[in-house]
Amino acid sequence: MKKILLSVLLLNLLAACSSTPTKPDVAEVPPANTSANTDTAAAQVAADAQVAADAAAAKAAADAQAAAAAAAAKAAADAQAAADAAAAQAAADAALNKASVYFATNVDAVQAADKDTLLAHGKKLAGDAKAKVRVEGNADERGSSEYNLALGQRRAKNTKKVLVLSGAKSSQVTTVSYGEEKPAAAGHDEAAWSQNRRVDINYNAGK
Amino acid sequence: MFRVLMSIWIVFCSQMANAELSIEISGAGEHQTPVSVVRFAGEEGGTQSISEIISNDLLRTGLFKLIHPAGRAPHVMSEVKYADWYGVEAIVMGSITPQEGGNMLVTFSLLDMVRRSELLKLTVSAPQDQGRAIAHGIADRVFERLTGTPGVFSTRIAYVNRDKGHYRLVVADSDGYGEQDLLNSREPIMSPAWSPDGSKIAYVSFEERRAIVYVQSLSTRERRVVADFPGSNSSPAWSPDGKKLAVVLTRDDTSQIYVMNADGTGLKRITFSDAIDTEPTFSVDGKFLLFASDRGGTVQIYRVAVEGGAATRMTYETGNSFSPRFSPDGKSFAYTLFNEGKFYIVVNDLGTQQVQYLSNGGWDKKPSFAPNGKLILFATELQGRGILASVSSDGRVKQKLAAQRGDIREPVWGPLLKR
Repeated sequence: MKKILLSVLLLNLLAACSSTPTKPDVAEVPPANTSANTDTAAAQVAADAQVAADAAAAKAAADAQAAAAAAAAKAAADAQAAADAAAAQAAADAALNKASVYFATNVDAVQAADKDTLLAHGKKLAGDAKAKVRVEGNADERGSSEYNLALGQRRAKNTKKVLVLSGAKSSQVTTVSYGEEKPAAAGHDEAAWSQNRRVDINYNAGK
Repeated sequence: MFRVLMSIWIVFCSQMANAELSIEISGAGEHQTPVSVVRFAGEEGGTQSISEIISNDLLRTGLFKLIHPAGRAPHVMSEVKYADWYGVEAIVMGSITPQEGGNMLVTFSLLDMVRRSELLKLTVSAPQDQGRAIAHGIADRVFERLTGTPGVFSTRIAYVNRDKGHYRLVVADSDGYGEQDLLNSREPIMSPAWSPDGSKIAYVSFEERRAIVYVQSLSTRERRVVADFPGSNSSPAWSPDGKKLAVVLTRDDTSQIYVMNADGTGLKRITFSDAIDTEPTFSVDGKFLLFASDRGGTVQIYRVAVEGGAATRMTYETGNSFSPRFSPDGKSFAYTLFNEGKFYIVVNDLGTQQVQYLSNGGWDKKPSFAPNGKLILFATELQGRGILASVSSDGRVKQKLAAQRGDIREPVWGPLLKR
């Protein structure tokens, strides 16, 4: 139980850290720790995956040695399955570390590429009824501030829909829009705009 | 106690007012009246002198050609040698006399140089730090006497200053000087809107970490939440009689337009689309709203009766159209057009359906008419910074105004005040 709590805390912390640079005002974690924590966690995830894969491989090797040649093929398949599962787990963990999804110009629909990220967050919220998130919609500067506020609200709303479809309770997810008011990147170019057409999933502010 | 606090605030703000602005005026009107503003007797030189402020006020309307006095320095009618002023149709002159108790006596005359008559002569006594207000007041009277249209130089503007995550809602003179802060916040501020009597400003603040609409009094600083529904509350607009506010809410799903009483009661939904409907603005007669909507695919301007009902599409330009504003005579509306990577300030004549581009294109956003309809204020960008700009309603004379710090956003011109 203690371990579960700890990992949830770690995940919360990670979610907070990755959104910290765009939300300095609600930061409760010193930005200096951000990269260190993220790196540590990523390393941990990678290490976990490696350990699982190693264990599976070792088991498969031992099985293969002990059994007849016919059984060896099955054992190898098992090993492959175990390694696949470990890799999938690692991918899911990585998805949970990602706290932003991005949008096409003037589009409020969630991109297919971000569905896995949101599915993982939805499952995570489903597994922890006490967790709450604030889904913060943003837009690039090519529009009026009011239109962009409306667009950011629609992006946040659609993101929430996917989270709820993925298992989160509606009451766990609040939405807000900042429109073009809080750009993640400055500059009148696509490099900046693509960063600003985003929704942040903020575990820290989901009160 | 409250009075003491108020006066401290005023002292603070008058120090703020010293922030330097740089002004750049370009272009020339078609039919410009040649006038000259002579340096007043007893006046210190410099760009902030009374005669200089009057000159700049007249210049940026695009209606006058300012003739340099070039050494000619009459201060009263009897000193004027008409032969020296060939080609000049009117001159403004006067004098400033310090009085006891920190006041000054300012006398000015406006002369018709063709008929050789005195069109105006006035004397005002005021505190010495009120030079800017007096200069704008003189410019207003001169403008009205020469054009038949009320001057707007004494009116005020509001805008948002964004400086490294620090937001200020600022009220300033129409030329950008005399800044006063109405609100300071670490969270965004948007969409200031003047009440028709100029006593209050409605705006959107994110201080509660989402968009909520407030109305704040300029004189008492007292403020009230008028729209705090779940989701975003934004884009306040006053009805011409000041009794109603149009707002944009997401409480029933996507951004839609609602009208309510100015105190926040009596909410009524006006638009019913599944698209984004935003930026409502009342017509001069109070019967219609213009608004921006993406219901047709691109963002265009639509019109709807204040009681609601079917909306009529008003713009057909290629690109996306935002931020409509009726001209004070109700005969046209200005808006922002975004096309091929540039924002333009555009005016649509409701009679002829003609569209005129008033700006050359860039990051020109949020047009707002001066209350006499002769100038349009908007936000633009210069060397990567948000600044104020204005353009004469014929598009000929443009002015850029750079603030010392931060980005200026969301400017809006205040109403004409009774004097």
